[in-house]
Amino acid sequence: MTHEAETIITVQDVHKWYGDFHALRGINMEVKRREVIVIFGPSGSGKSTFIRTINRLEEHQRGKIIVDGIELSHDVRNIEKIRMETGMVFQQFNLFPHLTVLQNITLAPIQVRKWTKQKAEEIAMQLLERVGIPEQAHKYPGQLSGGQQQRVAIARSLAMQPKIMLFDEPTSALDPEMIKEVLDVMIELAKSGMTMLVVTHEMGFARAVADRMFFFDQGQIVESGTPDEIFKDPKEERTKLFLSQILSH
Amino acid sequence: MANLDTALPPLTERSTILRWLRKNLFGSWLDSLLTIVGLLIVYWALKGFLTWAFTAAEWRVVSANLRLLMIGQYPIEQVGRLWLWLAFLVFLTGTSFGIWARQSRFAVGVLMLPAVLALVFPFEGAARTWLLALTVIGVAGWLGGRTKPEVLKRSVIAGWVIALPIIILLTHGFSESTTGFWAVAKTNLWGGLLLTFLLTVVAILFSFPLGVLLALGRRSELPAVRWFSVLYIELVRGVPLITILFMAQLMLPLFLPEGMTIDRVLRAMVGITLFSAAYLAENVRGGLQAIPKGQYEAAQALGLSGAQTMIFIILPQALRLIIPILVGQFIAVFKDTALVAIVGLLDLVGIAKTVLAQPEFLGLQREVYVFISLIYWVLSYGMSYLSQRLEERLGVGKR
Ligand SMILES: Nc1ncnc2c1ncn2[C@@H]1O[C@H](COP(=O)(O)OP(=O)(O)OP(=O)(O)O)[C@@H](O)[C@H]1O
Ligand SMILES: [Mg+2]
Repeated sequence: MTHEAETIITVQDVHKWYGDFHALRGINMEVKRREVIVIFGPSGSGKSTFIRTINRLEEHQRGKIIVDGIELSHDVRNIEKIRMETGMVFQQFNLFPHLTVLQNITLAPIQVRKWTKQKAEEIAMQLLERVGIPEQAHKYPGQLSGGQQQRVAIARSLAMQPKIMLFDEPTSALDPEMIKEVLDVMIELAKSGMTMLVVTHEMGFARAVADRMFFFDQGQIVESGTPDEIFKDPKEERTKLFLSQILSH
Repeated sequence: MANLDTALPPLTERSTILRWLRKNLFGSWLDSLLTIVGLLIVYWALKGFLTWAFTAAEWRVVSANLRLLMIGQYPIEQVGRLWLWLAFLVFLTGTSFGIWARQSRFAVGVLMLPAVLALVFPFEGAARTWLLALTVIGVAGWLGGRTKPEVLKRSVIAGWVIALPIIILLTHGFSESTTGFWAVAKTNLWGGLLLTFLLTVVAILFSFPLGVLLALGRRSELPAVRWFSVLYIELVRGVPLITILFMAQLMLPLFLPEGMTIDRVLRAMVGITLFSAAYLAENVRGGLQAIPKGQYEAAQALGLSGAQTMIFIILPQALRLIIPILVGQFIAVFKDTALVAIVGLLDLVGIAKTVLAQPEFLGLQREVYVFISLIYWVLSYGMSYLSQRLEERLGVGKR
């Protein structure tokens, strides 16, 4: 029973094909509440595909995914429930350019959670405070820097009060001087106890807050372990090689 | 004085007409040569026209028939009702300008238009008074909008929403049993600019939502919906409007039960609406395709439903992108309504033909057609200008 309560995501033998191309080849993963997971691996290894199956932006064709006790299937209501419980942050931010920062954040709480505008705006302002840009509330995304946009995107996801946050390379599209401001927000979020799945190659972030790391290659999990195990004593040749490549610069 | 001078903007910004001329038309020898040659050509082309317009042309055909050209055979007793809705429209326009386009010189120009018309064209006494009153009403609305924008915003939007029903009701009348001022004015009496205007407005307002639905239908995941939309769009776009109008006028009665008739003006409205919707659908589809996949994904990830994603995220962006194309389409609809003259309705072109059929005005085609062309041009250009301003306001193309 306690074990049941602790596990928030269960992934069992998940497969995904794009046409003939076998993108995910039997992924297994258990994520506990408040855990921070870092996923890394070479380009094309299926990291994005995997993280996107968890909120059904991609459909898996075999295996089982259970999020917070709800199994993902073709049932639209289940998909909607799971999407309400999971936030997602994209590499390209994907803010809504025709809406102000405040409207970006309050839209889903008002339309999906049915909060009043006033309540949604109050919470939005608290979140903007938390990510450090309350003064940008009435600007449009196009008027912000990349780092600011990504922080708005994080605030937008948090406004739905999700239990899980998914990040797909949140700092890869940023100029180097802006990476830190976004990572700082993510580190604070991790320390506050949010369950997080993060695809990233920022190994400093992984060292600081990750509980476990998963190395993906060719649609499979090659190796997993705590940051200590992965950095100090990787078991697999492929992991060693990849780490030496990304840590060398 | 020297101090004053430094406070003024740089010389280039203070340029007078002469400076403008020198900079733009006589900047170099080649420019000057081109300007002079150009002027000669314009002079040569327009000389004949201008001489004709000011000496030979018999404009009495226009002044004698002004009323017919404006409203056709619409009964005199009920004309006041047209002025009523016109006043309502002008008031709404003035207030909207006051609220949303406070600095616009164009807005002021538009509001002055009725007064200018009253002075330039030989309207009858009552019409002239009404036109002058329209300008006063418009300016009053404008001032109201400027001083109390927050208070009036909602009422003005509500006013625009009910504008079409009000226009139609006032033009047509409410009930068959009333007489006098409120008596019904049958649609076969509607004509001239009035009919052209009503055909255009109805076609635009109804084909727009229909076009959006068809565009969404074409991208639907339900095969039946998708195929219906594709079939409709391709079928309608494959035939000329005039054939659709003929079908609506001549064939439709064959499908209806004996004794049942549908109003001819209504049939034309439906025909133009259905035609225009197919083109709009393709334009909207173009806008939809320009929205990146990431926008859908972000909306879905937040838990928005498909309909919510469309309404709040995708359509606002897609429609904004295609404003210029949409307005182009609306202008096309406005001009295409002239085809109803061929199926016997008395719109601006239709009424022009009847005017010219009167024995005393034989041979005055040039005057009449120049006049109605001018009307078409002024209104088309107005729409086009308005859309450019709108684009600037919404910042299209700056992203
Ligand atoms: N929609 C699609 N259609 C066909 N193939 C796809 C599609 N999306 C991804 N793929 C393929 O699936 C594989 C995994 O892609 P994925 O985006 O998950 O990789 P990734 O690990 O996130 O790589 P990157 O680090 O470049 O983001 C790649 O070979 C990619 O070409
Ligand atoms: Mg990826």
